[in-house]
Amino acid sequence: MIEIDKISKLYDGVAAVDAVSMIVETATITVIVGTSGSGKTTLLRMINRLIEPSSGEVRINGEPTGTLPKHVLRRRIGYAIQGHGLFPHHTVARNIGAVPELLRWPPEKIRARVDELLDLFSMEPAQFRDRFPGELSGGQQQRVGVARALASRPDLLLMDEPFGALDPIIRARAQQDLRRIQRALGSTIMLVTHDIEEAIHLGDRVAVMDEGRLVQHGTPAEIIRQPATEFVAEMVGGVDRPLRLLSLVPVSEIVVDGPAEGEPLDADTNLRDALSTCLWSGRDALPVVRDGVPLGRVTLDAIRARAEGPR
Amino acid sequence: MRMRDAGPALLAPGLLFAGLGFAALLAPFMTLAANRIVAGEGVAVWRVADPVVTLPGIVALAAGLGLGLLTAWPRVRIAGAAMGLAGLVWLLSQGATVLLDGAGQYARVSPGAGFWCLLVILALLLADALSQLSPGPLARALLLAAVVGTLALLLQSGALSQLSVMREYASRQDAFGDASLRHLGLAFGSLAVAAAIGLPLGVLCHRRETLRRALLPVLSFLQTIPSLAMFGIMIPLLGWVADTVPGAQSVGIAGIGFAPAFLALVLYSLLPVVANMLAGLQSAPPAVIEAARGMGMTDRQRLFRVELPLGLSVILAGVRIVLVQNIGLAVIAGLIGGGGFGTFVFQGLNQTATDLILLGALPTVALALSAAIVMDILVELTRPIPERTP
Ligand SMILES: Nc1ncnc2c1ncn2[C@@H]1O[C@H](COP(=O)(O)OP(=O)(O)O)[C@@H](O)[C@H]1O
Ligand SMILES: [Mg+2]
Repeated sequence: MIEIDKISKLYDGVAAVDAVSMIVETATITVIVGTSGSGKTTLLRMINRLIEPSSGEVRINGEPTGTLPKHVLRRRIGYAIQGHGLFPHHTVARNIGAVPELLRWPPEKIRARVDELLDLFSMEPAQFRDRFPGELSGGQQQRVGVARALASRPDLLLMDEPFGALDPIIRARAQQDLRRIQRALGSTIMLVTHDIEEAIHLGDRVAVMDEGRLVQHGTPAEIIRQPATEFVAEMVGGVDRPLRLLSLVPVSEIVVDGPAEGEPLDADTNLRDALSTCLWSGRDALPVVRDGVPLGRVTLDAIRARAEGPR
Repeated sequence: MRMRDAGPALLAPGLLFAGLGFAALLAPFMTLAANRIVAGEGVAVWRVADPVVTLPGIVALAAGLGLGLLTAWPRVRIAGAAMGLAGLVWLLSQGATVLLDGAGQYARVSPGAGFWCLLVILALLLADALSQLSPGPLARALLLAAVVGTLALLLQSGALSQLSVMREYASRQDAFGDASLRHLGLAFGSLAVAAAIGLPLGVLCHRRETLRRALLPVLSFLQTIPSLAMFGIMIPLLGWVADTVPGAQSVGIAGIGFAPAFLALVLYSLLPVVANMLAGLQSAPPAVIEAARGMGMTDRQRLFRVELPLGLSVILAGVRIVLVQNIGLAVIAGLIGGGGFGTFVFQGLNQTATDLILLGALPTVALALSAAIVMDILVELTRPIPERTP
């Protein structure tokens, strides 16, 4: 558990981050979202003390971060940034093994961990281990950057706009990979983005920042359904709100018994895509299957009911 | 699609070399003087010896220049340049013997303007053809070794010993050995001291903005002092130190001689060393530095694992500048009794003995060129990202 306790940063008397408090549960993803200049990066960098807070405290599993030497603290916290920051003169293996090397793990253990991570990120170890970052595609570089941040099994992974430099298709794939890997490893992640779509898609919790203050902290559904301020409402987008809400729910949640015609949907499909399929194929109900086994059907009316905001 | 038309490709630069080369053939190839001090008479290339002797040399020269025109075949151009250079040496060594025959006990022969022009033109032709092949670092090192080896063999063989500059050498072999050692000591020693001071200073400047702002202008100012003035300033300065600081004289500090020359060279070297160290350390991309800090590297680990390796080629480029600069500047040490090849240059100037000046100048040029080539190879070898194809 990460506790952020009334943490502030002043630059020339102006608060870049203003008394932010929040709790991040172990094995969850918290996405910090806000416009440019709202203090997201400053907040994140105060957690690994790349920036010293003006006041307040951060505790990781109850231990205040201020008690450790900075470099020792940072070796326990993974850090992945936009533009990846890979060492261009080191191979992929040496990049991923960088923190274990600092922690003086034995070489065999580092090698095994590097291969394990490359496998996890769907990069064939034998093929990629000895390449240099300049010999990878943008998406591969980004994956190696995240693998490096995860290498020493850190208590916490901080990510500052990690997918910011990727094009939309590769970006969607990177987000899926992160979700999958986070579930598999049980990592605790704090991720910064200015993209509300990414926040809703990735976050177990979303923290919205505005002018240095934390204005709302809750589940994606809460943020969309009950925006705490005008700013949050604007951020989650007036007309898109029902669709965003639908994108959070899998069809398995509203599947009912009964027949339906046509091509079936997988149970993990989200309601936004289900709605899309209804409209496109002109059907009022779709059959739902899981691993090829029929589960029942999902109706347009049921989808519509889940899209309604508070009246 | 063809990248270039045949016309312009033939024109430059082979045609330029050929044109200048044939013009240089008309200039006096060698000079014959009654003694080492008076100005000599120019002798045209076809008159330095019998036609039986000169004709093969001239043909080799002309053919070499002609082959230099074949822009599409760099290897043929290289062979042409080598043939031209061989012809040049042949004419020089044969001409020296023939011209001296019966010219009197004190007579001297020297290469003339035509020889020097042809030497430079053929060297440029060779360099141009080599750069077309863009040889790798190893090939360039072997090539340098081959050229130095050939030159050494040529000097050893005695084929050129009749030349005035070699006669000057013969009469001061011991002094030449001392001067060589002293010159190397001045150039490399001052570089070593400047590196020992400047590299750590560069690291400090990199870490502390305030120091950087204070120090760099001072070093830039030192660099702008004209070299003669700098050596001049050292004389009273070190003279004063020698007189006032106890024990200074016993460790060799004096107003004239090695110490002031050495100190002046060190001061000149500091700016390029510090500035390139700084530029090298700052050449790492900001995201890489952020990642290094964020993952928990200490300042020291970041310096040795990231900043230095990524900046090494820039840092070595600074060392290259300093080394070549100091090899040249060390000549001025001769003026204040600091030794080195400059001794011959200034003695020669006093005596108006041109060939004595050359005895100091030629090795200096050869040394500076060799140092530049070796350092270029090192810079290339230390480029941070190995060139590999996936
Ligand atoms: N080193 C600094 N000195 C002064 N102001 C800063 C500094 N770093 C950030 N700021 C200011 O703090 C605010 C928040 O910046 P930042 O945390 O980078 O925002 P975000 O990551 O949300 O775009 C901005 O207004 C920025 O100008
Ligand atoms: Mg930011």
